[in-house]
This record gives sequence, structure tokens and C-alpha cells, in this order.
Amino acid sequence: MDWFDDWAITLGVFLPTAGAFVVTLMPRDRDRLIRGLGILFTGLALVVGIVMLFRFDFGAPGAFGTAMAEEALQFRVNASWISAIGANYHVGVDGISLPLFELTLLISFLSMIYTWKYLPEPGRPKAFVALLMLLQTGMAGTFVAFDLVLFFVFWELVLVPMYFLIGIWGSANKEYAAIKFFLYTLFGSVFMLLGFLAMYFRAEPHTFDIIALQQADFARTFQLVVFAGLFLGFAIKVPMWPFHTWLPDAHTEAPTVGSVMLAAILLKMGTYGFVRISLPILPDAARVWAPYIGVLAVIAIVYAALACLAQRDMKRLIAFSSVGHMGFVMLGIATLTDIGINAAIFGMVAHGVITGMLFFLAGSVHERYHTREIAEIGGGMLQKVPYLGSILAFTAIASLGLPALAGFWGEVMALLSSYNPAEGLSVGLFRTLMVFGGIGTILTAGYFLWMLQRVNLGTVPERWAGKQLADVNAYEYVAWAPLLVGILALGIFPRLIFGVTSEAVGGLVKLF
Amino acid sequence: MPFDVDYHAVAPELILAGTALLVLALDLFLRRERKWWAMPVSFLGTAGALVATLTLIGERRTSFGGTYVVDSFAILFKVFFLVVALAVFMISLRYFQHGRYYQGEYYFLVLSSFLGMLTIVSSRDLLMLFISLELVTAPGFLIAGFRKGDPKSNEAALKFFLIGILSTAVMLYGMSLIYGITGSLRLDTIASVLSGSVRGPLVAVQRLSVSEPLAIAAVLFVVVGFAFKVSSVPFHFWAPDTYEGSPIPVAAFLSVASKAAGFAGLLQIMFVAFGPLAEFWTPVFAVLSVLTMSIGNLVALQQRQVVRLLAYSSIAQAGYMLLPFALVGTSAAGDREAFSAAVLYILIYGTMNIGAFSVVIALSRDKPGVLIEDFAGLGQRAAALAVPMAVFLVSLAGIPPTAGFWGKFFIFRAAINADQAWLAIVMVINSVISLYYYVSIVKQMFFVQLPEPRPLRAPVLVTGVVVLAMAAVVAVGILPDLFAQFPPDATLP
Repeated sequence: MDWFDDWAITLGVFLPTAGAFVVTLMPRDRDRLIRGLGILFTGLALVVGIVMLFRFDFGAPGAFGTAMAEEALQFRVNASWISAIGANYHVGVDGISLPLFELTLLISFLSMIYTWKYLPEPGRPKAFVALLMLLQTGMAGTFVAFDLVLFFVFWELVLVPMYFLIGIWGSANKEYAAIKFFLYTLFGSVFMLLGFLAMYFRAEPHTFDIIALQQADFARTFQLVVFAGLFLGFAIKVPMWPFHTWLPDAHTEAPTVGSVMLAAILLKMGTYGFVRISLPILPDAARVWAPYIGVLAVIAIVYAALACLAQRDMKRLIAFSSVGHMGFVMLGIATLTDIGINAAIFGMVAHGVITGMLFFLAGSVHERYHTREIAEIGGGMLQKVPYLGSILAFTAIASLGLPALAGFWGEVMALLSSYNPAEGLSVGLFRTLMVFGGIGTILTAGYFLWMLQRVNLGTVPERWAGKQLADVNAYEYVAWAPLLVGILALGIFPRLIFGVTSEAVGGLVKLF
Repeated sequence: MPFDVDYHAVAPELILAGTALLVLALDLFLRRERKWWAMPVSFLGTAGALVATLTLIGERRTSFGGTYVVDSFAILFKVFFLVVALAVFMISLRYFQHGRYYQGEYYFLVLSSFLGMLTIVSSRDLLMLFISLELVTAPGFLIAGFRKGDPKSNEAALKFFLIGILSTAVMLYGMSLIYGITGSLRLDTIASVLSGSVRGPLVAVQRLSVSEPLAIAAVLFVVVGFAFKVSSVPFHFWAPDTYEGSPIPVAAFLSVASKAAGFAGLLQIMFVAFGPLAEFWTPVFAVLSVLTMSIGNLVALQQRQVVRLLAYSSIAQAGYMLLPFALVGTSAAGDREAFSAAVLYILIYGTMNIGAFSVVIALSRDKPGVLIEDFAGLGQRAAALAVPMAVFLVSLAGIPPTAGFWGKFFIFRAAINADQAWLAIVMVINSVISLYYYVSIVKQMFFVQLPEPRPLRAPVLVTGVVVLAMAAVVAVGILPDLFAQFPPDATLP
């Protein structure tokens, strides 16, 4: 199966693009056919991803540090792309890319299944399905690119489809949210591009190769400046406080599957960027910047929890909770330790599964109640729609970090790692951060439980009592089952992720 | 001095000149309803010239005693100009057929102007450059005023004419001073005199020192003349009015072909002839570039009329194209990189802009003074126009994976390599600003839902140009290496 190893990533990334192209050629009125093609192509990509899992060597070191790093990449392809500047089509996966790559393929496929049943106003399945698949190519490509130019192109490829998804199929305030998302992330990413170019010219020989750049050994002041540029790009995407203001708008206004994609995958591009590019290529700067990142991360945790307590819109609440969860991920990264970075990657996957699920639920609640206002739903969901209510309770509790569910490991290990940060980082500061992060977890539990109390418990209000509301239907079960199983499985067997990441992370932290 | 004329090298020009004359003569014998035959004839002639140009690929020929050179730089531009000419003819046919226009004269004038473009990229001599540039511009004065009944069109032509003449006078004055100082019209000779390696004719100045004020003044005169031609701030005021008043195919022609020709001439003069004085004029270009992109973008934000918006956008785009000029003089390799970046940007800009103007032409049949709101619901009315338009706009803003991104990318790269990161940052911020107004059209096309969308029927030829331009923008966006086959910087010494 040598041919498979050579083509796996290319297929996984570009099958959806091919699907988007096929879909645009279909006649407009063949609605079912178009949605079916969406499921088919994302499904094929997922099959490729699953086969890759079986052929992946979990004991291999990640693509960090050592001179042998190129051999540490699996399913690697390196072909010349733009000869004038030495940019290559260099893709591959290691223990850090793989979980995120697989997550992308899975969530995209499940979103497509959900779309079989629910297509938001104003319809137009052709454009919707094609844009979703284009979006998938951008996201999946970002996680496997090992060339900075290629990484940047995939990174930016995400913007346009997401802009349209929010702007056309979004809710009331969609145009504002769409342009805000677009301008904000574009603004960040152009500085990231400047940083990439600066590294290219400073490296001898000039290269855009992420692995080769790790050997470049840049001067300290240069690292500090470039790190700032990359930080702007990545931090806006994560989003870190105070760059998060685009997120509540975009998540709230986006259609359900758009929010799912945003929360489950798009945000991870930012944190992945830190782990894949900033840390290994600019380790000296990372040490200087880490305390600041840690402080911002903890501010995000506490701030998001407080903001959540004030939200009246269910979807907006989940959106703000993302800011907090990504704060834990960034805190883990900022410790620059083995435990912290493993926790961060675990946190990314867990957040993808859990918050993706929460946005699905918010969408389905809206489909039934036609409102997202917590006060208008008014309680009693466990009586009115018991299955939907139970799943919401399960997922929300997973999100607040209950042990034995997926949300637990990422948060607790991020806090644990900040008790003992990497050498050279201020122990006092990080232990303070740990305390405030701990307070954040309590607040998180508070607002989730309070939300559950307001929508799930109590009696059914009068306005809903006489109405017929359908409970979870078959399509929803199919789309959600993998996520629900994943939440439980990751909680009970955290090795599912740590087993994949630990070797690679081990290679990364040797740099500090 | 007997000239040894290389007829193969000038074949495209000869074919185009012959076609222009043929069209003019043919027009006399056609009845009113058959006047449009001028278009297929022009089209075939231009296609013939294109084939002749393609046979020259990979060669380097000189003719007329070295003042006329056909190299990869010239061929790249000639192919570009001829393809643009074909596109201009395609988008002109219906537009001029439907109004009361002099069609034969129109095609003759456009052909003459393109003839000037073919010669400008081969000229290596101030006189040739000047004549070619005038040949490009003069027909433009006439066709800008082709909507005779409309006072706006008269204003457009008059403004364009007066400012064009003024800039020509300034430029010519600068060129005459250069000739006086260096004693030569050849670009390479001028460079060697200015650099001091060859003695000039002025008795007073035995060895021209580079700080010679007269030389610098002359260079600035030439720069100002070209700044008018390429509508750089603060010499840009004519452009929006002229574009708005002209027939839209003419606006497309002016903003793409005519501007590219100006830049092609400017590239040769600045990089080759005035290279030795670079340290004096690069700051001028830095200022021009920053002003042009910033003011162009900020004013574009205010526009409601699409042609005016595209006019200001093309001013802003000229600012990006001027940026590489501010990077000259650090090293030979750096100069080459800046040169290639500028050439690439001009070609890519031309492709996306002609596409965008074609969509406006298709829409103008419906609503003559196209406003941004007139794009409402175009996604439902004509997806074959709306999707390409979105691609052009996103590309103009420089978002990958479109050609516009690579245009900006190569300029960024040149700027950072020349240690002028601040220019790159100004450009970056401007790109983000520009996204706002480009996207305002996209917003109208796709976010506005019409209750009863009326299908928009565009002429086949216009749709053809739009779709081909989109294919080119996307193809270059995915494989920017397509350009690597024609290294334009090979023309530098």
C-alpha cells in the first residue's frame, strides 16, 4: 500500500474540494442529490482518515528538533510548488497533527449528515454544501502543511467560505458578524505572513520549511519581534483575550454547522499554530513570551466565565465558554512543559468534540423552540423533550470538566502543569495563575449548571405546554452518536490522545 | 547608419498596424447595420499578431541599432497586451453596437493604441519610448469622449486630454534635459553616463557627479509625467471622472491596458536608465506609493457608484505597483526581485480588473449608471457573473488562493528583503482596508435576497471574458509557478 502512503493526505485534504467542484456542476433543483454528494465526499475523506489511523506508527517521534525530524513525519509528501521562492507542497502528519486532522474529517462529515436534515434559511443547498467542503479543505490542510507558504494559503482559504456561511445563512445580525470575522482574522494573519517572510530571509539557506527552520537558530531579538507577528495571527484565531470580540458575534450569528465548524476546528488552527510554528522555531522568544501568554489565558478563563453568567442567549453563552476553554489550552501551552502541551492538545480535541456537540444542540433547540433565549425556553426541557434535554445535560456537564468525561483531562492537567512550569519561568506567577484558573473552573461549573437549571429543570411553561415538539430524530442521533461516544471514551481512556501525542510533545519540550 | 531591420521581431507590430489601417478603410464600405464587422476583423488581426508574438517566445532579438529589443520582458507584456486587446474587443461589441457610436473608428483607435503598447515594451531609447507612449495615450483622448451626447463623457475626454498633454509636456522637458546632460537617448548609455563610468558631453561637468542637481530635476520631471499616466496620487484627479464619463469598455481599457503600458515604460526608464541615481528617487517613490495606496483606498470606501469605486481601487492598486520602485538600489539581486514583483503585479492586476469591468458592462445594459446596490441579488440572477465577480474582488483584496495574493506576496517579499518592512506593513494595512469596500459588492451580490429575482442575460462574449479571466485568476492562484517560465528580469543589465 505504498501508493496509499503517498496519496493519503492529498486525498483527505482535496477530496472535499473535488466534491465542491462536482456539486457546483449539479443542477440547482436536485437538492437531495447535492446533499448526498456532500455526505459521500466528506465520508470518503473520513475513510481515508480512518485507514491512516491504522497505518500510523504511534511510537514515532514528532517533527521537532532533531536532525532526523524529516523522517519523523508520516504520510509525507514533498513536491516542488513555487520554484521561484522554494516553496514546496510539503505535507505530513505527526503525533500533534494527527488528532486534529482526524477531528476535522470527523466533524465535517457529521456536519454534512446534520445538513441532510437541516438546511438553514434561505436554502440554496448547492452553495451551502460546496462552501462547507471548501472550508474543510482549508482546515484539514492547515493541520498537515509543513511549508509556511502552504500553511498560510490553507489558513486563509478558510476565511472566504466561512464569511459566506455566516453572511448568507446566518441569523439576524449576520452581515456585521461576517465582515467582523473576515477583517479581524485577515488583519491578524497578514502580520503572521510578515513574520513568515522575515524568518524566510533570516534563515540560511532561505527556506519556508517548518522543519528546516527549527535548525535556523535565530538571534534572540529577532525571535522576539517575529514571535509578536505570529502571535497576532494565532491569538486572534484562538481567540485569546483581548482579541476575542469577533468570536461571540461570529458564533452566535453563524448557522448551526457553521458554529460547529468554527468552535470544533477553526479555533484550533490558532493553538496549533503556536505548537507547530512559534514554539519550536522561536523557542527563546517563547520563553520570554510565555508568562504574558499565561496571564492572558487566565484572564480569558475568568473573564469568559463571568461573561457567561451574564448571557441570556444560549448560543452566545456557549460561544463565550469557548473563550474560556481555549484559555485552558493556552495556559497549558504557556507552561512549555510536557504535561502542559499534552494537556493543550487533549484540550483542543476535547473542546472540539464537546463544544461542537453543544452547538449542534443549540441548533436543534432552536429548530424546535425557534428561540435561543434561555428565558423564553423557560425550563422543563427534560419533560418536554427528554432525550434532547438529557443529551444537553450530559454534554454541558462534560464541558464543565467532570471527571471521567472528556473535558476533565485537558483542564486539570493544564492546571497541574502550571504548578511546575518549565525551567526559567516564574514559579510564583504560574502558581498564582493556577489558583485563578481553578477559580475559573468553579465559575464554569456555576454557569453551566445554572443554564441547565433554567432550561432543563422546572416545569414546562404554559406557552410550550400545548405545542407539539419533536424529540431527537434519527439524523440527529447519527450525527451526534460519534461525538457522544467520543466524550465518554476520551474521558475514560485519555490514552486515546496522550498515546498519540506524548512522543511528539516529548520532542518539542526538549527544546526548552 | 544603415539599419538592419529584423522583420520577424517586428511582425506582431506590422500585423497590428496593417489591421488598423484595414479596419479604417473597410469602415468606409460598410452599411450602417454592418459596421460591427470591424470587430471580427480587428479580432482576427489581433489574434494573428498574438500568434506572431508566440513564435518569438524564448528568443532575444534586437533591431534598429539596439533601440528595439524583443526579450522575455517584452514578449510577456506583448502577449498580455494582445490578450487584453482581444478581451476589450469582446466586451466592446454589444456595447458599441447598441449605442450610436462610430464603430469603425473606435476599433481603429483601440488598435492604434495597442500598437503603441507593443512598441513601448520593446523601446530601449527615450525617443521611441516617448512616441510609443503618445501612441498609447492619444487615441484614448478620443475614445474617452465617444458618448458624445453625454456632457460627462465630454468632460471625461477634456480632462483626460488636458492633463495628458500637461504630463507629456513635463515629461518631454525632463527627457530633453537628460539628453542634454548625457548626450544620448539610449537607456543603457544614459545609465553609464549617470553612473560616471562614461564621460558625458557637458564640458562644465567633466565627470558627472551623482548629486548633479540638474540630473535629479530631470529625473523628477520624468517621474511626474509618468505619475500622471499611471494616476498616482497627487496626480490622480482625472482618473475617476474620466473612467466614469467614458464608455465602460474604454474605462476598462484605460485602467488596465493604458496603465500597464505606463508602468512598462516607467520600469524600463527607472530600473535601466536612472538606476545609478536610485538613492535620490527611491524616497520619492516610497512617498508616492504610500500616498497613492492610502488615499485611493480611503476615498474608495466612500464610493457608491461602481465605476468610480473601481477607479479609486485602481488608483490604490497603482500604489502597490509603485512600491517596488522604492526598493531599487540595495543589490542587483534585490533590483531583479523588485522588478519581477512589479511586472507580476501589473499583469495579475490587469487580469482581475478586466474581469471586474466586464461584469460591470454586463450589468450596465440593465442599469446604465451602475451603483453598488444594483449588484443586489446578482448571485441569484446570474451566478455565472456573480461568482467570478466575487473571485475578482477577493483577488483584488489579495486573499489566497487567488492570483492577487501572489501579486502582493511577491511585493511583500521584495520589500522585506530590501529591509523596507515598514512599506510592507503599510501595504498590509491597506489591503485589509480595501477588503471592506470590495466585500461591500460581494455582500450585495450574495447576502441580499430578492423576492423575485429577474435573470440577467449577458452577451455570450462578455460572459466568456469573465469566465476566462476567472479561470486565469484561480489557476495562477493555485500554481503561481506558471509565470516562472518567462523571467521578465532578464531584461535588466
